[in-house]
Amino acid sequence: MPGKLKAKIVAGRHLPVMDRASDLTDAFVEVKFGNTTFKTDVCPKSLNPQWNSEWFKFEVDDEDLQDEPLQITVLDHDTYSANDAIGKVYIDIDPLLYSEAASVISGWFPIYDTIHGIRGEINVIVKVELFNDLNRFRQSSCGVKFFCTTCIPQCYRATLVHGFVEELVVNEDPEYQWIDRIRTPRASNEARQRLISLMSGELQRKIGLKVLEMGGNAVVGYLQCFDLEGESGLVVRAIGTACTLDKLSSGSAPNTNTHMHPNTAPASNACNSPSKDGKEPVFVEDLPSSSGPPTPFRALPTSSSPPPFSPSKPCSRQSSSSDTDLSLTPKTGMGSGGSAGKEAGPLRTLLRQQTQTALEQRGASSSGLLLNAREFPFFTLTSFPPGFLLHVGGVVSARSVKLLDRIHNPALGNTRSYKLLDWNSVTADEPETRDAWWEEIRQEIKSHARALGCHAVVGYSESTSICEEVCILSASGTAAILNPRYMREGCLDIGCTDHRFEEPSPPNCGFCHIPYDELNMPFPAQLTYCYHCRRQKVPDVLFTTIDLPSEAAVAGKGCLIQARLCRLKKKAQGEANATAISNLLPFMEYELHTQLMNKLKLRSMNALFGLHIQISVGENMLLGLASATGVYLTALPAPGGIQIAGKTPGDLSSEHISSIQKRINDTIAVNKELYQINPPKLFALDPEVFCGINMELAEEGVGSPIPEPRHRSRLFRSHSESSDELSELDLSHGKKDAFVLEIDDTDAVEDIHSLLIDAPPPTGFYSCNTENMPGISNWTSGVQMFTSVRVLRLSNANLTNQGLNKIFTDLCENLLKSFYFKLRSMIPCCLCHLNFTVAVPEEELIQVTVTAVAMTYDKEQTQEKTAEKPVNKGSLEAEEQLQFPLELCADSSSSNIQTASKISGVGESTNMSPRAASVDYGSFADRCSTWLELLRLKAHTIRRGSVKTSRRTQSLAHSVSSLERCSPLQEGRSRSLRSSRSFGGSSVTVVKMTPLSFLPGTRIIKYLGIINMFFIRETTSLREEGGVSGFLHSFIAEVFAMVRAHVAALGGNAVVSYSMKECVFMENPNKNQAQCLINVSGDAVICISETDQESSASTANTGQTGGSETDGAT
Amino acid sequence: MSVELDVFVGNTTIMDEEVYQLWLDGYTVNDAVKVRMEGGVMDECEASKDVLLSDTMDQYRTFQMCERLLHSPAKLANQLLFQIPPHRQIMLIERYYAFDDTFVREVLGKKLSKGTKKDLDDISAKTSVTLKSCRRQFDNFKRVFKVVEELKGPLVENIRQHFLLSDKLARDYAAIVFFANNRFETGKRKLQYLSFQDFAFCAGQLISNWTVGAVDNMVEDMDVDLDKEFLQELKELKILITDKDLLDQHKSLVCTALRGKTKVFIEMEGSFKNLSRGLINIAAKLTNTKDVRDFFIDLVEKFIEPCRSDRWSAADMKLYLTHYTNSAHILDTFKHQVVWDRYMGVVKSCIFKMYHD
Repeated sequence: MPGKLKAKIVAGRHLPVMDRASDLTDAFVEVKFGNTTFKTDVCPKSLNPQWNSEWFKFEVDDEDLQDEPLQITVLDHDTYSANDAIGKVYIDIDPLLYSEAASVISGWFPIYDTIHGIRGEINVIVKVELFNDLNRFRQSSCGVKFFCTTCIPQCYRATLVHGFVEELVVNEDPEYQWIDRIRTPRASNEARQRLISLMSGELQRKIGLKVLEMGGNAVVGYLQCFDLEGESGLVVRAIGTACTLDKLSSGSAPNTNTHMHPNTAPASNACNSPSKDGKEPVFVEDLPSSSGPPTPFRALPTSSSPPPFSPSKPCSRQSSSSDTDLSLTPKTGMGSGGSAGKEAGPLRTLLRQQTQTALEQRGASSSGLLLNAREFPFFTLTSFPPGFLLHVGGVVSARSVKLLDRIHNPALGNTRSYKLLDWNSVTADEPETRDAWWEEIRQEIKSHARALGCHAVVGYSESTSICEEVCILSASGTAAILNPRYMREGCLDIGCTDHRFEEPSPPNCGFCHIPYDELNMPFPAQLTYCYHCRRQKVPDVLFTTIDLPSEAAVAGKGCLIQARLCRLKKKAQGEANATAISNLLPFMEYELHTQLMNKLKLRSMNALFGLHIQISVGENMLLGLASATGVYLTALPAPGGIQIAGKTPGDLSSEHISSIQKRINDTIAVNKELYQINPPKLFALDPEVFCGINMELAEEGVGSPIPEPRHRSRLFRSHSESSDELSELDLSHGKKDAFVLEIDDTDAVEDIHSLLIDAPPPTGFYSCNTENMPGISNWTSGVQMFTSVRVLRLSNANLTNQGLNKIFTDLCENLLKSFYFKLRSMIPCCLCHLNFTVAVPEEELIQVTVTAVAMTYDKEQTQEKTAEKPVNKGSLEAEEQLQFPLELCADSSSSNIQTASKISGVGESTNMSPRAASVDYGSFADRCSTWLELLRLKAHTIRRGSVKTSRRTQSLAHSVSSLERCSPLQEGRSRSLRSSRSFGGSSVTVVKMTPLSFLPGTRIIKYLGIINMFFIRETTSLREEGGVSGFLHSFIAEVFAMVRAHVAALGGNAVVSYSMKECVFMENPNKNQAQCLINVSGDAVICISETDQESSASTANTGQTGGSETDGAT
Repeated sequence: MSVELDVFVGNTTIMDEEVYQLWLDGYTVNDAVKVRMEGGVMDECEASKDVLLSDTMDQYRTFQMCERLLHSPAKLANQLLFQIPPHRQIMLIERYYAFDDTFVREVLGKKLSKGTKKDLDDISAKTSVTLKSCRRQFDNFKRVFKVVEELKGPLVENIRQHFLLSDKLARDYAAIVFFANNRFETGKRKLQYLSFQDFAFCAGQLISNWTVGAVDNMVEDMDVDLDKEFLQELKELKILITDKDLLDQHKSLVCTALRGKTKVFIEMEGSFKNLSRGLINIAAKLTNTKDVRDFFIDLVEKFIEPCRSDRWSAADMKLYLTHYTNSAHILDTFKHQVVWDRYMGVVKSCIFKMYHD
């Protein structure tokens, strides 16, 4: 019996009137977990009942704790007829299952009803007592932390990145079960909500198991999606990146603590799991011994992370001798790292059986393939600690069109038994079909990455678009070469690593250097020497799905670039439909790509980050939307202009052409001004330039829009339709000169017009779809997250592709204009993480959903400090995240310096120099500047605190460690938050939300757990609720409210990495009905203002031990 | 091609004060868009009419959803649906409960009943306040009236706490409630020259001096109902006009004090008896509910009009009333000093306030 769940129902308020006669309500509450239900007394005749119930105790398996939500139902007692339900609250108790996060859930939750929306609030307290689990065959994965954030979370340090984890579970959709014909819409909605809650709990638990299996303790970049396949069922799938994260001590003064040598760190982990205690001392042993040449870092996982709570687990024990294993050539050509028989734990095999069978089904036979399939070198992260990302190849993507079949589920109708499916009934082959589909796509992605000379895919994501029985599966990512020092061995195919690892490139341009072989390029491309270091080749444009690396050298500001496209298709059924769609896809991708490229040139930029291409399928059309953030990388050559040419020289319309040409040139000039693109001239820095490798640079610097001779594509993808036919398409424009736009018919003119239609944001606004806005980093505290939905009805049935394009483009542009207008009071401000989602919910409807955050910034500072700020930030992150490897490098190079210098922070940074000196690096000036920043920063931290010397001073070290064990700050903070909330009972905690991983001006001191909520709302009185807009408006507001309430109940004050992953809206105005499904997720956090963190730290230090002991006990 | 659905929801609820005012004033969405366009907001952000329309619709929807909460403002602070910064909440409430003086002047002293509500379209036409706005204001009056009706304790304080209003606005509402409860006649032509603020001031005087609450502050309706005992006692004041000696004595005292201090001394001396009779008759009749209702009209007819026709200045009036009140204290046979002060204190300040054009 590994866990005891306790819940107490305190009170309700603002309840609806359920008894018309008395205008009052006789409310009582049912508390349900699993199959156990408790009831409170009836609180008669009150709209603000005080139940103050006893503690309801549930004794349950931790497996159930992970899967099941706590279900609270508020009812109105009725003596004569059935009790009326007022509404429900589902509480995900997962955050209580790992001690680092919340220790109690307590607060006011909105009571939600799928038909009426929010109906009052209820105050609930929930606690969990976990007993240490000694069961070696357990199936739970309590203790694994989940993060939606796609970077290493603040206040953590990644000691190891294990790699890709994925899982999917399937079930029948209750909405389509026969029983749905006889039950009420409410019952049906609730069944669905509950099922999805269960399924995502199960999914998370399974992923957690995989992570434990890999030896990790966290999943970063966790992305969970639903596929509502209708008749054929419901799929919940998730991907993520398994990591081993170390908490950066108390978070109160992270800068000082970062500098503590790991030797003092054990205490900081003591509270997490006793098993970790063994870790650091071993590490200390490793230090001197690991001075051997190849990447001593790898020796670390050896003894480091037996998963917490499961000492018995057959954790992958890799001896340090496994270094030699790495050099094993993979058995097949496409193989990933071969760690053959290493992970033969029985559990593991069981887990992977799905994949196995799936692969076998596809006819793949050998165990060799199984091995390869086992590990996808994919990372859902989009930003990395400096030094992690070595080179970026380009975007790789794959799409496949599938016909949906009914998922055969032997565990029909029994909500509990489907859970057993994967464990017991491996014979149920259908769920694996979905697995196999994704497997196929991932393989394709992997081979694309290999074609680009890369061994990893970063910024990886997967998505689907479903219309009736047709489903487009898409996956995309950025091919890259990563620094193997951070990887667990076997995670990457080290076979294809080469000399570049031994030759680190400068951080601010290194990632631009091509990873592929110049002589054997996968596509025609124009290469030049890096404009920064002059040592390596770079492409002329770079497309990626990741965020702009913080250390990248950038000129000017970035901006949102979108390509939008509509394609009509004939209505068709089944196979014919799928074929039609897959025939259209390549053309769409080509056109989207061309649009992106042209718009990029038009803005005088040369790189795209955060590229996300979405193709949505509807009955009679396909919609394509590509969003990215354009930026000018100074390492890449300046982009040429765009030249217009008539079909035949001396055409009548030559005047017309020249006028268009002028408009384009003007636009480019205006954009340069607007985005402040004044690339630095590097002549003074690098004498090589004078040698005249690239003399045209001088011209380009001036910015004359001369056409580039050639253009090449970074986009690599292919399609496979249901027949499994594989086609590959090189998107480069071949011999044709890409930037000469030919006008041969009216369509071309239209295209050019549409190019120019994109209005720049009004003065004071910038926009991007990435985590950080290139060129702006001095954020002030103003933050406004918003969601906007617009649905357009196409009344004209005889639309052309051109007409549709125009409508679609206008829709997106108008949305942006609306945002600018609404947020005008925040100027100067930047719209960050603009995330557009398109859908074709019905034949003549186009739906666009946007979630983004507007953030204010200090205009004065930007002008002056744009150049140095990003660098500064980068090195600061380096402080937090890189410290570990840095020291290891130092160890490997010279252990004597290390011992002498480790006492002080400055010493550590000097450690860099021996390593740096050993390699031949290009532009010293650049290196130097970041290095100086680092030094300055270290000096700064020295001034701030003396903790780092604690290693020498025994008593001090002791005090620090005790401080950390109980993590008093977090406790203190959450406590104070809670108490401030309860003051007078009237004030509600302000919960900020942002799709970014940070909140400007604040520091995240604690991650409280993942928020993953799914809601359904339905109405049969659409008109009365203000029509479709009124209905959706209140539903979105309700969803926000419920997210905020859950975060506040966890003791948090913000949600980071928030996203609305699903917003499915269906209406039937004739019947006065509408239904909407929304799925949101994010990380609940406590963050404190950067200015008052010192003071709060000191207050927290005093007399918080009592509270922290209980924290340790749970 | 038409926009089927268009919503924008911020984590912090976005509200434009200008649009809020337009909504409160009862403008339709289209009219509001017109007003905004004329206001030049379009130039600010290169917005088009569509953008403005979409924004206005969004905001109107938000306000409509908030309206329910504004009906019990205390809920606004601890509801979870909208995240609104506290200063914004205060603004929302204050503006929602604000009213047009011209409108309130029309319904002041009327019964806040359905019957009156039916007449709102007439009032709307007369005051050129939109019907929608009239309804909101009327419903506000009614809501406040209903809530405080059943509460103990001081009226102004109750209103302020229940509706989180500013002191000024709470006092105005107290006046409205007081007038509605006692049904004071304010609509007669002779009273038309008085503004709502004049009445509000008088109401404040009456509440703090003539109600039950002025003596005992823990009774229900203490600030709404006039003190019955006091009204009974007012009958005793009649002695000042029925006793001939007392009347003459009073007159001579007042005249002695006034002599040489004013240009209208002759008129004052001449009309003393009439005026004194007027005031004291008003006092003596206040036990009748009907006469309570006519309190203000009586003051005008019996006192203000005669004075005005004699061309007394405001200063003359003050001088006269001060001496008139004070002199009564010197009359040794007059025993009702306390009641006299309580009565004259209020009447004096009401007349001061009401004595203008």
